[in-house]
Amino acid sequence: MNIHEYQAKELFEKFGVPTPKGQVADTPEAAREVAQGLGSEIVVKAQVHAGGRGKGTFKNGFQGGVHLVKDAAAAADIAEKMLGETLVTHQTGEEGKLVSKVMIADAVDIEKEYYLAILMDRESRSPVIVASTEGGVNIEEVAEKTPELIHNQKIHPLLGLQPYEIRNVASKLGFSGDTAKQFAKLLKGLFKLFIDCDCSMVEINPLVTTPDGQVLALDAKFDFDDNALYRHPDIQKLHDPTEEDPREVEAAKYDLNYIGLDGNIACLVNGAGLAMATMDIIKHCGGEPANFLDVGGGATQEQVRNAFKIILGDPNVKAILVNIFGGIMDCDVIAKGIVAACGEVNLNIPLVVRLEGNNVAAGKATLANSDVDLIAADTLADAAEKAVAAIAA
Amino acid sequence: MAILVDENTKVLIQGITGSFGGRHAQLSLDYGTQLVAGVTPGKGGQTFGGCVPIFDTVEQAVAETGATVSAIFVPPPFAADAILEAVGAGVALAVAITEGIPVMDMMRVRAAMLGSKTRLIGPNCPGIVTPGLGKDSHGGCRIGIAPGYIHKRGKVGVVSRSGTLTYEAVWQLTNLGLGQSTCVGIGGDPINGTSHLDIMKMFNDDPETEAIIMIGEIGGTAEEEAAAWAKDNCDKPIAGFIAGATAPPGRRMGHAGAIVSGGMGTAEAKMEAMRDAGIEVAQNPSDMGDALMRAMG
Repeated sequence: MNIHEYQAKELFEKFGVPTPKGQVADTPEAAREVAQGLGSEIVVKAQVHAGGRGKGTFKNGFQGGVHLVKDAAAAADIAEKMLGETLVTHQTGEEGKLVSKVMIADAVDIEKEYYLAILMDRESRSPVIVASTEGGVNIEEVAEKTPELIHNQKIHPLLGLQPYEIRNVASKLGFSGDTAKQFAKLLKGLFKLFIDCDCSMVEINPLVTTPDGQVLALDAKFDFDDNALYRHPDIQKLHDPTEEDPREVEAAKYDLNYIGLDGNIACLVNGAGLAMATMDIIKHCGGEPANFLDVGGGATQEQVRNAFKIILGDPNVKAILVNIFGGIMDCDVIAKGIVAACGEVNLNIPLVVRLEGNNVAAGKATLANSDVDLIAADTLADAAEKAVAAIAA
Repeated sequence: MAILVDENTKVLIQGITGSFGGRHAQLSLDYGTQLVAGVTPGKGGQTFGGCVPIFDTVEQAVAETGATVSAIFVPPPFAADAILEAVGAGVALAVAITEGIPVMDMMRVRAAMLGSKTRLIGPNCPGIVTPGLGKDSHGGCRIGIAPGYIHKRGKVGVVSRSGTLTYEAVWQLTNLGLGQSTCVGIGGDPINGTSHLDIMKMFNDDPETEAIIMIGEIGGTAEEEAAAWAKDNCDKPIAGFIAGATAPPGRRMGHAGAIVSGGMGTAEAKMEAMRDAGIEVAQNPSDMGDALMRAMG
């Protein structure tokens, strides 16, 4: 789960990670009020979950999702041009993202930019602090070209962040004196936030020092562990469904795991591994999968019905491939779900079904005795070939 | 011989009175598994299915029944505690089926297990099956949620991160007449108890296992590690498959651990590591059984 920049700023404030003075606004008037309390260099930023905002273009022709202004009137003017408009950046895709909030903050005089992140490292099974003197740029490029400038500090999973570890990181970044003290306070707060909020990643890029001796987080990216959200209702509230594919939001309501892709063969599969493998074999046979969809190990008739509706909501879909390995799950239950769904949705594209496993004979009989027009397949390869052929025909 | 468990292994189930745990407890009993105890706090003294005694604590269950393996079907908020309870009771093997345990919880559990004598399989896994010699492999040891009847006792070791994809592979093997020594699902979470490499070493040392199928998926580098080890240390024929070649980067594909991030954990890199180790890589998921036939020559 991602959150907005202004929400990240609020979390930072709660955990004592310093950020530039400012606030979020959802009207030009509110933007003006916030700006009146700030200095003479003010930055106005569109709030969307996508990088490349500064170089983005609004669909109304207005250039740039990040602007520098001198006074409150100018801040209100820029806010007016952004709010309610759609911003397209290299990360949003052509459809862009609707801007409903803007962040108004003091533009900071930057002395130097750094990179600081904490992430859950699966290999060492511990949090790792990643720090670099090369901030404000794409860290993956730094890692590739100058790996010696990236410093990793592994943290003990049970002991947590130790003072000497903070000193190590500060020293690698070249901090001393009061700057080192301020950095220590910031890192301590950041680590507490990482642990307390069940983050899988929190990244500050850039972290900056200012000529007047402050250490500030200028931008942040969060990734929370979805498995842990049940114990963080406050963080769940930060979730903005308008930032997500509406089909994925709809699927989540029915406990279906759906990810939309660009192809035209939809798949409906039980189990994540088999669902990925089904996408792979479609591609292998010369087709393009339209989605990842895992209906889970114990799918019900109702879930199958809803899964069909979501799949068919994608106008690109030209064929459907159902691949079920009913281990414990009864193939006949799935078959009945398919028949019920097809009765409701007025299916007019080819449907290839491969059923295998528990009670498969009854499942196949249910499909054969229904009036659903489908193409039966015996193996996974057979199913994929038939789906690809059905589109070509 | 098989690995980890066999038909004589005494198993207990934590969470046996839940609908999920109960259902699979019954299926294990039907399969002929030595299910000797259940644990649900507050329900000690009751019985499951008319024959399996239920205890309040794992320690009691182990002391009274001699169970050496615990299968954990406890819901995510209580699963870390359940795993630690099994470890505290000194079981040899804890198999965590539960899906959706917070990663931080698993990080702490793994750190706390350091130096203990318990091996953890999972979480978020289908479990372990050592098939039996009866009809439809009846009489074997089934721990977890895999369908028993698709198996056949034999000489192929199967290790995988996924559930249904494993069943697919097992079914292909059984239909080719290739039985299995043991099938282990190590789970789809980013932090788990046992890796591909750990299981690969056990299969290598197991005289009954003559060939191995390793099934992986995108995310992490566990498959690469296992392949690199196998290259120098394993003489048994190995076939492999990696799911997720078409998955978009940066997205979690159902399993919490199945994500390509920062260019790491791609299917291509894993398949390359396998080929480099002399592992016969299946071209597609329908080809897993045939790939093993090719590997065996």
